[in-house]
Amino acid sequence: MLARIATFAIDGIDPRQVWVEVDIRSGLPAFTIVGLGDAAVRESRDRIRSAIHNSGFEFPQTRITANLAPAFLRKVGPGFDAALALGVLAASEQVPGESLRAYAVFGELSLGGELRDSPGALAVAEGARRAGLRRLIVPRERAREAALVGGLEVVGVPSLRAAAEVLTGSEPPPLPAPVLDARAVAAEPDLADVRGHAAPLLALEIAAAGGHNLLFEGAPGTGKTMLARRIPSILPAMSRAEAIEVTRIHSIAGLHAAGLIQARPFRAPHHTISPSGLVGGGAVPRPGEATLANHGVLFLDELAEFQRSSLDALRQPLEDGCVTVVRGQRALVFPTRFMLVAATNPCPCGFAGVGDRCRCGEAELRRHGRRLSGPLLDRMDLLVTVERPTEHELRSAPETSSAKARDRVAHARERQRFRLSGSSAWCNGEMDARLVRRHVRLEDRAERTLADAYEVGALSARGRHRVMRVAQTIADLRGHDQITHGDLLTALSLRQRGQADLTLAA
Amino acid sequence: MNERACDRCAARAWLLGRLAGHLDTVRGRIDQVLALGDDDLLEAVGGAQRASVRRELGALNVDDVRARARAAGLDTVCRCDPAYPPALERLPASPAVLHVAGGLERLVELISADPVAIVGSRRASPYGLEVARSLGRGLASSGITIVSGMALGIDSAAHAGALEGGGATVAVLPASADRAYPAVKRALHRRIVASGAAVSELGPGTSVWRWMFPARNRIIAALAAMTVVVEAGERSGALLTAGLARGVGRPGGAGAGRVTTPQAVGPNGLLAGGAEVVRGPRDVLDHLFGAGARPAAGAPVREAPAELRPLLDAIAEGHATAAALARAGLGPDEGLAALAELELGGFVRRGAGGRFTVVA
Repeated sequence: MLARIATFAIDGIDPRQVWVEVDIRSGLPAFTIVGLGDAAVRESRDRIRSAIHNSGFEFPQTRITANLAPAFLRKVGPGFDAALALGVLAASEQVPGESLRAYAVFGELSLGGELRDSPGALAVAEGARRAGLRRLIVPRERAREAALVGGLEVVGVPSLRAAAEVLTGSEPPPLPAPVLDARAVAAEPDLADVRGHAAPLLALEIAAAGGHNLLFEGAPGTGKTMLARRIPSILPAMSRAEAIEVTRIHSIAGLHAAGLIQARPFRAPHHTISPSGLVGGGAVPRPGEATLANHGVLFLDELAEFQRSSLDALRQPLEDGCVTVVRGQRALVFPTRFMLVAATNPCPCGFAGVGDRCRCGEAELRRHGRRLSGPLLDRMDLLVTVERPTEHELRSAPETSSAKARDRVAHARERQRFRLSGSSAWCNGEMDARLVRRHVRLEDRAERTLADAYEVGALSARGRHRVMRVAQTIADLRGHDQITHGDLLTALSLRQRGQADLTLAA
Repeated sequence: MNERACDRCAARAWLLGRLAGHLDTVRGRIDQVLALGDDDLLEAVGGAQRASVRRELGALNVDDVRARARAAGLDTVCRCDPAYPPALERLPASPAVLHVAGGLERLVELISADPVAIVGSRRASPYGLEVARSLGRGLASSGITIVSGMALGIDSAAHAGALEGGGATVAVLPASADRAYPAVKRALHRRIVASGAAVSELGPGTSVWRWMFPARNRIIAALAAMTVVVEAGERSGALLTAGLARGVGRPGGAGAGRVTTPQAVGPNGLLAGGAEVVRGPRDVLDHLFGAGARPAAGAPVREAPAELRPLLDAIAEGHATAAALARAGLGPDEGLAALAELELGGFVRRGAGGRFTVVA
């Protein structure tokens, strides 16, 4: 007897439909699984056997062959357990096979027959809807997450037994009550906690408003990381589509338990990270930090300490908003639309600019500058120095709060969206030279100052464009139709300086 | 192309290059060693290779040596030639040959009228760099040639300042005049040679050894009518240069520094020992030509716009940026704009770590 059940493999971050076919023949008892499964799939035979026994069913003492089709697709992980077990039950006529036709099944089994929490349910649900299936059986913990996809009846079951009962016609259990995600409830860091740091806060707001990448420079312990952590709190709220994409990716990576992720991601990988850890990869390609930061913030602390190869790997993601990972003969595309925020010490000892503490000579400063320079620095529109707040500032009231800043950012984004509608860019930070020429308008005095700055060599050709983009964002924040002299000067003082400027210009 | 090195001197320059690797062991007494004649020198440091080097010297084709200098675009002049800078003859061991990038006539002209050496630490503070730079700029715009060693830190800042002041400047290099040492100073080397000159005792293609630095310092000290030390640690080569200058009867000056800063130990020590106080180009000019004899042709003094004065003053008092903005009563928006305006106007300079210093 032959049974057929739909399930889904997760390929990178995308669901791919897989048919589980189970065939039972008379013969010596044997259970084989074919179809390019990995070790976890091979081991699932033993889990399934125990789970079936412990759920009060009979494991057929005959020859069982299971196939995971299509056979060319590599199947990874224990998520096929539930489909295989139900296939065995259907093939041995312990559950009705025809009722399985409308279902997709996903989940890992324990030996006791429970359906274990399995990452990636949202992606599976999306696949099931796309495949036109009406019902989806997932582990109970993942039911809420899968139910985020509309047009699909999600059945969250605690065990194989419960799944079999649903198939034989009993009422499916209701969706579990929403679990309060501790992380979502825990107050997000807010700008209202920040004392002092007037200039960095301004830079933060400009960066968030225009989607500009931002570089913090400052001595250890001045608050660079603290400030960076607060950027997601002033970015506009995610759209539902964005939130679902973020939830899907985080679910696949096993970083997220229940419900929809509302807060924009903030990822801060350690500087020892490898290129494939950063942009994705591995024998079975998995999304990297750049993809986990999609629609959020990727924060690189101690930028000078990262391997050159890791930073170089970020070029394509920054340029294209996605990264293509090629493994074997297959290419996977991961989305990487993130805002890049980096922090660095100003010099090897870290204390340049702080009183007389720095003992670095020109040679050290140059070496440090070389470590920083390169294609990544070129993508940084803003550079801001973070200084230790003064005692007076620590005692004074906070400069702003995230809610206020978020309103201003949203307002500035609205102006950009209006101006840039119909073009490839969606914020000032994404404008290329052509868009800058078309959209950026300066007042006469600002025009002259920009020309002067270029003339005296304070700006490179590329730096000039960066300054114009940033100045446009500042004008948007302040509600100016043209960039004023003041807007331009603020942009100039936050300009990213080349290596020559990071050290002594001699 | 000037080729004014006699056979004997050209051979001597070749020999120094050939023995370059041997001389490091005696770099503490390099003055005395360089004063030795060819045979004594070979005897003193030749070691196991004494015989073979002597053979090579005997078989040396001096025209080949000249050809190499020519190929590197270097002029040469030896101490037997009338064009040789007389100032160098005061040295106990004057260099046999000077290799000049940028032209011999130009060098002779540049150093004929009281050049000033500005030397100091490689690990200079932003303050020291600013002092060296403004001193170079001020003196150069008064028509004084600045001599230095193009090392990292103070030396480079002095050269850069002289170039900013529209003057020509002379770099005395340790090994080879046609190539920048340190290599990161390629751009500076190019700019110096374009309007001034780079000079070395050793011929082209010689690699750098440690003894060459004190040897180079003696040339700086002898060329300059006055040697000013800006910042120098206790064991800095700049102090050596100052000592050598005193040895050849040249006055020394020093820029005063904070007594607690390690880089100020050197100049403060010199001042205690009777060196001239150098607070700016004015002091140097007064000392060289008599008080007020030659007015400092300072760059036209520009006034910062009145609304920026409070911020400029706060930076001058040494406050960090945020504190300076607070003192000037500026919020972040106007504050950052004001900083940009001051920077573009050339009133302040942004150093490492985002700290602004006032351009002196």
